Amino acid sequence: MFELIRPDTQFDFVGKMKPAVIASVAFILIGIASVVFHGGLNLGVDFAGGAVVQVKFQKEASTDALRSALDGIQLENSTIQEFGAAENREFLIRTPETAADLKLLTDRIDSALAKAFGQQAYEIRRVEAVGPKVGKDLSQKAILALALAWAAMLIYIGFRFEFRYAVGGILALIHDVLVTVGVLSLLNMEFTLNTVAALLTIIGFSINDTIVIYDRIRENVRKKIRADLRQIVNVSVNETLSRTILTSLTVFLVLVALLLLGGPVIFDFAFALFVGVIAGSYSTVFIASPFVLFMERFMPSKRKRK
Amino acid sequence: MFQSIKLRTLIALVITLAAVYCFLPTLYPSLPASVKSYFPKNRIHLGLDLQGGMHLVLEVDTEKALEGTVERLANALREGLMEKRVRFRSVERKADNSISIELPSRESRSDLEKILADQFPDLEIKSTEAVEGREKVTLKFREKRLADIRKTTLDQSLETIRNRVDQFGVTEPEIIPQGDDRILIQLPGIKDPKRAVDLIGRTALLEFKLVDEEHSLEDALRGNVPAGSILMKGSREKGEGTGNRREPMYLLKERTLLTGQSLENAQVKISDRFGEPYVGIKFNTQGAKDFDRITGENVNKRLAIILDGVVYSAPVIKERISGGDAQITGAFSMEEARDLAIVLRAGSLPAPVKILEQRSVGPSLGQDSIDKGVLSTIIGFLLVFVFIVIYYRWSGVVACIALMLNLVLLLGAMAIFDATLTLPGIAGIVLTVGMAVDANVLIFERTREELRTGKTPRAAVDAGYTKAFLTIFDSNLTTLIAAVFLFQFGSGPVKGFAVTLTIGIIASMFTAIFVTRIIFDYFTSTRKIEKLSI
Repeated sequence: MFELIRPDTQFDFVGKMKPAVIASVAFILIGIASVVFHGGLNLGVDFAGGAVVQVKFQKEASTDALRSALDGIQLENSTIQEFGAAENREFLIRTPETAADLKLLTDRIDSALAKAFGQQAYEIRRVEAVGPKVGKDLSQKAILALALAWAAMLIYIGFRFEFRYAVGGILALIHDVLVTVGVLSLLNMEFTLNTVAALLTIIGFSINDTIVIYDRIRENVRKKIRADLRQIVNVSVNETLSRTILTSLTVFLVLVALLLLGGPVIFDFAFALFVGVIAGSYSTVFIASPFVLFMERFMPSKRKRK
Repeated sequence: MFQSIKLRTLIALVITLAAVYCFLPTLYPSLPASVKSYFPKNRIHLGLDLQGGMHLVLEVDTEKALEGTVERLANALREGLMEKRVRFRSVERKADNSISIELPSRESRSDLEKILADQFPDLEIKSTEAVEGREKVTLKFREKRLADIRKTTLDQSLETIRNRVDQFGVTEPEIIPQGDDRILIQLPGIKDPKRAVDLIGRTALLEFKLVDEEHSLEDALRGNVPAGSILMKGSREKGEGTGNRREPMYLLKERTLLTGQSLENAQVKISDRFGEPYVGIKFNTQGAKDFDRITGENVNKRLAIILDGVVYSAPVIKERISGGDAQITGAFSMEEARDLAIVLRAGSLPAPVKILEQRSVGPSLGQDSIDKGVLSTIIGFLLVFVFIVIYYRWSGVVACIALMLNLVLLLGAMAIFDATLTLPGIAGIVLTVGMAVDANVLIFERTREELRTGKTPRAAVDAGYTKAFLTIFDSNLTTLIAAVFLFQFGSGPVKGFAVTLTIGIIASMFTAIFVTRIIFDYFTSTRKIEKLSI
């Protein structure tokens, strides 16, 4: 039998709670500091408004040439970067300008390019233009979706398990979201609609992970009435450890395939998931599970144990 | 739950075949019609990001439509008062869409009220104040009517845009209202997004006004626009000398004689002399009568043809024109003329629209995404297969069969629900693969634990499935909750991701628990193997 984790493994996860929490808090603080340092999240056009135009050139082109082409149309604030591998000759033009009527904005970019390079020299492969109103709507919707998903899970776990479990689970989810957002901010990656989709997936995945361990704790609590809760939590985490690692590994393999082969459009999405899955597995083991013990101090379970 | 292995195998087979049956029309879209009729019409649609196309969110300026309505009502009220010989000093539309009337004395008030009750049930008196012996009455629309007007404006805009898109020729367009004043438009496969935006976003208000020839244009340009007249830009015409690129200006009578609403048809025609395209319009019966009268009354004057506030041409009326035919000329390209004919046929928008959101993806980028998506899905699958088989041996092979089946069910279910596959949707499939394995991992780990306690393979499998079931159920349900909120929140691609994730989770519950159990039961009960390869 091929085993990653020997069945008699007895790693003291609960004992590592304090350093784990300190590490997590430190990491989250670094993330928050990064967000503050960058002057807020690097919001993509979905939320901040503005336009992204993806252009593919037939022949060699440089960001400088593009920039000078755009100089004439008062879009100095736009950033221009190569998109994907250099041999693709693709560029992203981002402009933060939020014109009330987006038609004019994209038309302006198109005609400036046509003037500088000629109609046939390039192809506009993608346009994403979002006005300020929609951007605001989308931000509100995103926050609402995350908050509602959290609340719904809190209720479900509270209903299926106990309230103190639910608090630990949600705390782990908040941890995962904060860590992921922090890493994205540290790398100055864009925060887009797809990022929110990734965050929602991460909390789905992470809660899934947490539930499996909670389920084992619940089972062991019933089986070993006399045992110390601390020991039960430890045993439960150890018993499910190989499953936690295996599942994370398979999801990992899949995400690596997406990251390397999915192309630049899907890269950011896969990357956010990648970070979130690591954070999720970590928080399940080191945050969510020991937290049950922590809650026991404030909300002792009704069943008497020594 | 079902003891008989045969019965369970039958159920699994039927479901699998049903999924394949549902998925076939998606896989072979070009089947002959005779064969197609045996298959469901539903199929998986490609999202705009894969197929290429455009996503637009428009905002209808309902306030503008309201202003127009109030203006018309104010005019009608003025005429109504004159007709009934009620004395008044002024009737004016105010910026907040109220109508202010000044009456010379209190006595006229009852007359006004009578006219309001008889002819203008939509208006109500908001306030009255006496200023130096005169009565100042402010009228407002009834709240309910206001909402009606806004709704009608949105409905009419939807209708017009649908007409235009239909005539433009887009397969499977989606045009739906959003909220009070927004319209969401999805046009898959559009190759020229710019042209489509021009076509959809144009108000296309066609007006006929007389040119004011009694006053001097130069004088008006200096700022002395005579009362009852307006200045308007003209379109740049060909042949007016390339040196002078200034747009010509026109001084027009303010009154609109005829609008595009009186049109019956509009078609592209080619002029005999220069081979240039122009748009020939035909008025409806009433419009033709009006046009006949207007041209008859104004022979030798110039009639301006105005589209969206720009004078296209202002020909001299040589003689009365009966029959209801007219033409709009300008320096059109063939494509411009064709689009103009489309918007004129489809009618004008009741209010201007603004583009709030525009996303378009070119077809080549879509194909790129499909290729990369398919490749990463296949590689992702293979990696997971190899890993699971190395780890769980023959049991791993069983899990892989379940995974394949999971994919078949997922695609079948997506087809039958007419779901849309997007790029994040493909990621959702790949991710489902990763997560679907989880159910089997949970079962196998449990079974291993039971085997360690010395149970027979049959008992261990039994206990493994029973104990793991609740865990799988709870954990999958919480993931489903997240997927549901994703669906609620998401637009377009994100929604596609939520759909694949949801269907994938449900399908994986079936394949990972029900189907694998059949295989294990077959080997442990029927074949009675003594050692489990797990």
